[in-house]
Order: sequence, then structure tokens, then C-alpha cells
Amino acid sequence: MIEVKDLKKSFEDKAILKGISTYFEPGKTNLVIGTSGSGKTVFVKCLVGLLQPTSGSVFYDGIEFTALSNREKKQIRTKIGMLFQGSALFDSMTVEENVMFPLNMFTNLTAKEKLNRVNFCLERVNLVGANKKFPGEISGGMMKRVGIARAIVLNPKYLFCDEPNSGLDPQTSLRIDDLLSDITHEYQMITIINTHDMNSVMGMGEKVVFLHQGYKEWEGSSQEILHTDNELLYNFIFASEFLKQLRKGITNSTPLIKPDK
Amino acid sequence: MKFFYHFGRYVLMMRDMFSIPENYRMYSKELFRQMNGIGIGSLIIVGVISLFVGAVTALQFSYQLGSTFFPEYMIGFIVRDTMIIELAPTLSGLVLAGKVGSNVAGELGTMRISEQIDALEIMGVNPQGYLVMPKILGAIFIVPPLIVLSAMLGIFGGYLAAENYGISPANYQKGLLYLFDPFNVVIMTVKSVIFAFLIASVACYQGFFVKGGALDIGKASTRAVVFSSILVIFFDYIVALVMT
Ligand SMILES: Nc1ncnc2c1ncn2[C@@H]1O[C@H](COP(=O)(O)OP(=O)(O)OP(=O)(O)O)[C@@H](O)[C@H]1O
Ligand SMILES: [Mg+2]
Repeated sequence: MIEVKDLKKSFEDKAILKGISTYFEPGKTNLVIGTSGSGKTVFVKCLVGLLQPTSGSVFYDGIEFTALSNREKKQIRTKIGMLFQGSALFDSMTVEENVMFPLNMFTNLTAKEKLNRVNFCLERVNLVGANKKFPGEISGGMMKRVGIARAIVLNPKYLFCDEPNSGLDPQTSLRIDDLLSDITHEYQMITIINTHDMNSVMGMGEKVVFLHQGYKEWEGSSQEILHTDNELLYNFIFASEFLKQLRKGITNSTPLIKPDK
Repeated sequence: MKFFYHFGRYVLMMRDMFSIPENYRMYSKELFRQMNGIGIGSLIIVGVISLFVGAVTALQFSYQLGSTFFPEYMIGFIVRDTMIIELAPTLSGLVLAGKVGSNVAGELGTMRISEQIDALEIMGVNPQGYLVMPKILGAIFIVPPLIVLSAMLGIFGGYLAAENYGISPANYQKGLLYLFDPFNVVIMTVKSVIFAFLIASVACYQGFFVKGGALDIGKASTRAVVFSSILVIFFDYIVALVMT
């Protein structure tokens, strides 16, 4: 379990996260949602230690990660897989080399075993046959998927995905969501996904944390979202008239709150 | 004040690059990749420049000494010593500061901005160890041979120019062997190692800590070239002061 206690992060005097506490359980798909600029990326980067929180702490299975030395953090990080919002592929390496990199660095598998594993992961993200291409030669959505393949190649215990399906078409997007929730259940991973894709939220959100203006405004499951009486959440999720009607059709109820004030 | 901030961060970067490699094969692969990039990649420009600098040195001295009573073979002697002590290390140093400096700072800067360095860190790889150290070590291994080659090419360029000017090859060769002091080669080697370290480490520092966007990568590259060029000249002077 990953626990977050009163996490705060400011840049100079600009407070981005103003005290967030929550927890993420294994075998569940945890989603972090919020408007653009609400601090989802900052939040995840604080969790993995790429940003030093201004105050507060993060516990990985009971170990206070934020208090560890760099060397001790490295131990935990070998169990972390992360997809960056901008993919962060190594552009001097091909797709295959990118996905193989963690295997080369941290395993003693034979060349053939490594290649099999790489191809298996590439297949799961629907990228068969792109092995020899360089990041500069593939589309943004493909880069995202290579990033996911690289993040899961070592079967991480903790998986962080910063907007795994922004820039993907709905079908590929769904496939990625299925993949992420499958491996989460299969390997009992602790998966944390940043998104503002409503399909993902409703389709796979076993736990959803809604960030708003630096605070955790709401948390619960996607089912609970349908019946929420939180006005901010309601307006955020059911932004369009279409979605509002859709929700009405499903739940057969008008919201308790007055929509759009 | 700013100076101490940067110097401190530079020292910390150097300290952090010493850690046990996560995987020796990957690190040595990266080392060879860097040696190849720095060495082979700079071969042509260093070669061409050295050849011509040697030739110009021979020509200028032949011209200036032509009307005096200096023996012809002095040309070989002069070209040899100026190339070995000063021109080969310093000129190659400046050329490498430009080429390697901007290259390395650009590469690391791009990796920083596009979060590739963060990606390494998240995997549990020490980015200073995997990215910075092979560049500095690679430079230290490959620059000295490059500078020896530069000196040899310079002397050969001098030979061609002298012959063209009408100095007999036999006399030029006699000059090459005249009063040879092996200590000069030691000076050259010391200079090359120091320059290699300065160029690579300054460029790594500038690239590694880039903040902002693509524009800042360009600025970092420029700073890498400017600072390492100045440091090359400055340490050229220091070495000369200390060793002669
Ligand atoms: N290194 C930084 N220095 C200063 N401010 C920063 C830094 N990183 C992020 N911010 C600020 O933090 C806020 C939250 O940014 P963040 O990237 O976390 O948003 P986000 O929720 O991920 O948005 P998006 O959905 O667009 O990715 C922004 O206002 C941004 O300007
Ligand atoms: Mg973001």
C-alpha cells in the first residue's frame, strides 16, 4: 500500500499541493483526476521522489520513502515503473532498445529471453513490428505506448502512469485501459494513473481521487461518481450536456445539486 | 555568490557520479559509445587543423628566419617543440571545447528537458553515474591519444610546408631529433588530461542542470563552449607555470 500523509508542495511561494492525504491499495486501479494544471503531475512526481515535497510524507508498504537516502530510494525504485506525460523515451535508442533497457540494466536474462519479453510487452500495447524504429520516427500516441511497455517490462510492484491515453484514439485508449487494469489485477500491482479521460474514469476507476486547487476535493469509486452530490466533481466529470444526459439515462435521477449553478 | 552556488553543485555532481554501477556491461558499453563519439567524431576536424597549423608554423618561421644565419634544421626543431608543448594540446583543446562541449551539453540538456534523466532515476539508475561519468572518463581516455596524433600531424604538416619552401627533408628531420626533451611530451600529456576533464565536466554540468525549454538547451551549449574554452586557456597557463 502507498500512503500519502498531508503532502504539500510549493514552488517558491506558489502552493500547488496544499495538504493531501490518501492511500492506494494493491490490485486496484487508482485514478488521480483534476483539471489541467491542478497538480496531478506534481503529485505523482512527489510520490516517486522526483520532486521533494515541501512537507508531508509518503509511505511505501510502511516504509517512509520521503525520509530515505538516495541509495535507499534506489532500492524501492527498481520496483517502480513509470510512464511520463511526455513519454521520456531515450531518443538515441530504438523502440526495442528502449523497452529492453531496464532488462539490460537489471536482469541477467539471455538475449533471447529479453527479446521475448520485449516483444510480449510491445504486443500488449498493440505495437507489434515497431521494434527497429526510433522515437523520432513514431507518433506521439505510439511513443506513449512504448513508454507503457518500458514501464511494465520488469513487472513493477508500483506502477505510475501520467496520462497514459491522452492523444490516443478511443479504441487504442480502451485497449490501454484494459491492459493497465488487467496487469493491476493479475500481479496485484499498486497502480496510480493520472487522467482526465472520462472513459477511463468511468470504465476503470476503482478508486478515484479528485484534486482541486491543491486539495483532495473528493475520493471514491466511479460508481459513486454517478451519484455524487459534489458540485465541483459533477461539473468536472459531466462537463458536456451530452454526458449529463447520459448520466441521467443511466442513473435515472436528476442530480441533487443544481447543475452549473 | 553565484559562483559558489555553481561550483558547489558541480562538485556534488562529481561526487554523485561515483557509485557502484547497476550493471557493468551497460556502463562499459556507454563508455565506449562516448569514446567513439568524442574521439572518432573529432578526428577529422582536429586532424585538418593540426596539419595546417604545423604547415603555417613551418612557413612563418622559415620566412622570418630566412634572412638570418640560423641553420635550416632549426625549422624542424621549432615546429616539433611548439606543436608538442603548445599548439597540439591547446588548439585541439579549443577545438574540442567547441565540438564536444556543445555536443555533450546539448545531449544532456535534451535528456533533461524531455525527462529522460528523470526516467533513468525512476528506474533506479544513477543518472550521474550512467550519463556523466562515461563522458568524462571517455574524454580522459580518448583526448590524449587524439592530441598525440594532432602533434604528429602538425609535425608532418610542417614537413610538407618546409619541403615546399625549399628546406631539405634531411635537414627538417635532423631538426626533429635535435635537443629532444621527453619531458615536453609529459607536459603535453598532462595538459591533454586536464583539458579533457575540464571540457567534458563543464559541458556535462551545463547540460545536466538545464531548466526550461529548447531555448535553454542552446544557451547551455553556448555556456559550455565559452567556459570550457576559457578554462582551457587558463589551465594552459597554470600548467606552463607549474611545469616549466
Ligand atoms: N518545476 C516547476 N516549477 C514551478 N511551477 C511548476 C513546476 N512544475 C509544475 N508547476 C506548476 O504546478 C502546477 C501544476 O502542474 P502539473 O503539471 O502538475 O499539472 P497537471 O495537473 O499535471 O496538468 P495537465 O493535466 O495539464 O498535465 C502548474 O500551475 C504549474 O505551473
Ligand atoms: Mg500533467
